[in-house]
Amino acid sequence: MSVKFCWFNLMPWPDLPDDFREQNRSVWVDIPSSLFDPKRGNEVYHQYMDQLEYADSLGYDGIGVNEHHQNGYGIMPSPNIIAAALTRRTSQAAICVIGNSIALYNPPIRVAEEFAMLDVISGGRLVAGFPVGTPMDTNFCYGQIPALTRDKYYEAHELIMKAWAEPEPFAFDGKYNQLRYVNCWPKPIQQPHPPIYIPGGGSIETWDFCVEHDYNYSFLSFGGYVAGKALLEGFWERVAAAGKDESPGRAAFAQIICVAETDEEAERLYAEHILYFFNRCLHVYPGFAEPPGYRTIKTIKAGKLSQLAAQAQRRFQTLTWKDLVDGGMVIAGSPDTVRERCEHMIRELRLGTVFGLFHMGNMPDEKTRYSTKLFAERVMPQLQKLWPEHDSDSRWWPTPYAERVRPAAPGEANR
Amino acid sequence: MSSRPIETLRGIKCTVREWGEGAPLVYFHGAAGLLDEEPLLEQLGAHFHVFAPEWPGYGDEETEDALEDMLDFALHGWDVVTALELDAKPVLVGHSMGGMIAAEMATLAPQSTERLVLIASSGLWLDEHPIPDLFATLPFELAPLLFHDAAAGVKVLTGGLDFDDPSALGDFLIGNARRLGTAGKILFPIPNRRLSKRLYRQTTPTLVVWGREDRFLVPAYAERFAELLPAAELAWIDGAGHMAPVEQPTPIAEAIVRFTRA
Repeated sequence: MSVKFCWFNLMPWPDLPDDFREQNRSVWVDIPSSLFDPKRGNEVYHQYMDQLEYADSLGYDGIGVNEHHQNGYGIMPSPNIIAAALTRRTSQAAICVIGNSIALYNPPIRVAEEFAMLDVISGGRLVAGFPVGTPMDTNFCYGQIPALTRDKYYEAHELIMKAWAEPEPFAFDGKYNQLRYVNCWPKPIQQPHPPIYIPGGGSIETWDFCVEHDYNYSFLSFGGYVAGKALLEGFWERVAAAGKDESPGRAAFAQIICVAETDEEAERLYAEHILYFFNRCLHVYPGFAEPPGYRTIKTIKAGKLSQLAAQAQRRFQTLTWKDLVDGGMVIAGSPDTVRERCEHMIRELRLGTVFGLFHMGNMPDEKTRYSTKLFAERVMPQLQKLWPEHDSDSRWWPTPYAERVRPAAPGEANR
Repeated sequence: MSSRPIETLRGIKCTVREWGEGAPLVYFHGAAGLLDEEPLLEQLGAHFHVFAPEWPGYGDEETEDALEDMLDFALHGWDVVTALELDAKPVLVGHSMGGMIAAEMATLAPQSTERLVLIASSGLWLDEHPIPDLFATLPFELAPLLFHDAAAGVKVLTGGLDFDDPSALGDFLIGNARRLGTAGKILFPIPNRRLSKRLYRQTTPTLVVWGREDRFLVPAYAERFAELLPAAELAWIDGAGHMAPVEQPTPIAEAIVRFTRA
């Protein structure tokens, strides 16, 4: 397949005050709800959804949403609501829901149903993401027991995949879910199931899970491609060790991208908004980042991830625009600069899919669209053919139903 | 003090520390685990044969996956007692999480319990006194929360480890992930597995021991335990926070001896 570019919006709250960090211990979990203004939210949600639809009109392969709870940089506790709206006013792009934290749905059959609905309504355009979930969302906001979260996740996965695959009702006697009549109705258009993307942050178990099931591993961080290389190398080692093919479609990566006419213009236009994100939005109380039991002993032993995360957290707080660009957290500059860096990233990390983060922090709409359009017209076309030897590999991206229906205009009958 | 490995009927191996001789007293430690020095148990050893088993997740044997919910923990507690092959009904003593499990054990089998002693026990939740979130507490915040004397508490909690040494820190993180990961199965996110509706069954006399300066489980919890238990007596300990067994072992040992001899 060609390299896929998915335009992703985290949906941050754009009005965190200047002294947010000094006045609050965390942007996530216990952020004061008084900072959310519902009337302003009306404008913000529509602006972000308009941007996602704009990306579809520019030819991005996908548009992406995700799930966070009680979070100042992600006002999307239910990505399926946004995705459902997007199915109606977009026609080409894959709808990438990255994803539903399946251990949080009770019962998880709800995810099988809603994802099937999204796939059917969109005409087979769904990319289905199944994150284990962050500790902030999963444990602290939604109360799941850290040491049992992964076990519950695996059971939810088994239930959903079986619900999609089985033609007849079946009984499911799980540890966390007991259901007498599992009968997923409707079923997805894409058979046997939509492409499955597993967002992760570096757990070894998640790598092996993706490799075993031939699911895409999506490394989602804000650490950028330079730091991401080491982790993705770990993933590719597991792919090789399992004797699987090395299709780039197995790996996806989230990257902040800012395009302007020149490198200088990129800094002038975008720096303040990117720094808003790194300095305010990433202000997560460390006590929420690593509840004991969330990570397996195997992963802790392998990576000492807590310490890395703590260092990264400290580092973010003192970084300048130059640090962010040089360190690869942000790919920014002229179309030539961005193209060169993205190509380097795609080749080095061996990526089939890039989740491009174009709107970040409190970036205004017109700047977001400017960057988005420049990338679509002057960068993306030259990056899509980087893996010609894998062109025929269609496992990792939807092939929409050719005769899918387009929504009728309001007040008109659909044929 | 001596220590020896035991194995339960279910096949779970753990280490038991022992002090003294006499009538059996089984002590269940809290979420922090057994410390190198346990002055309360040493003092109780002058009057009892004290057994202090380590919970799964707290010792060298990696058996914690076997325990998933409250009933697993309570039955494991009784399995340990069975494996000790005692010649009399034991006095059950539990501190904090260990108190919660000992109380559950007693409600399951009150006839098998000589006496129950709950020291700053978890297991209840009062909306008007929300318990601080142990799982979101940073290491440097623990001592002031758990000890009346925070400065002394820091030394106890770090156990002399140098956190600037990456390998010591790594070992600590792994140990902490196992210990509190296991404890989280009955304490996360709210340390309430509905013990309150079962306490009426614990008809054998119970001593509720509480530090007056407990900032983690405030004294209102002691009073609530005393209300819910059919035959409870309260013992307040001055100059003690949540880690009362470390801070004031002597008055606690005396209260337990007096209570069990009564």
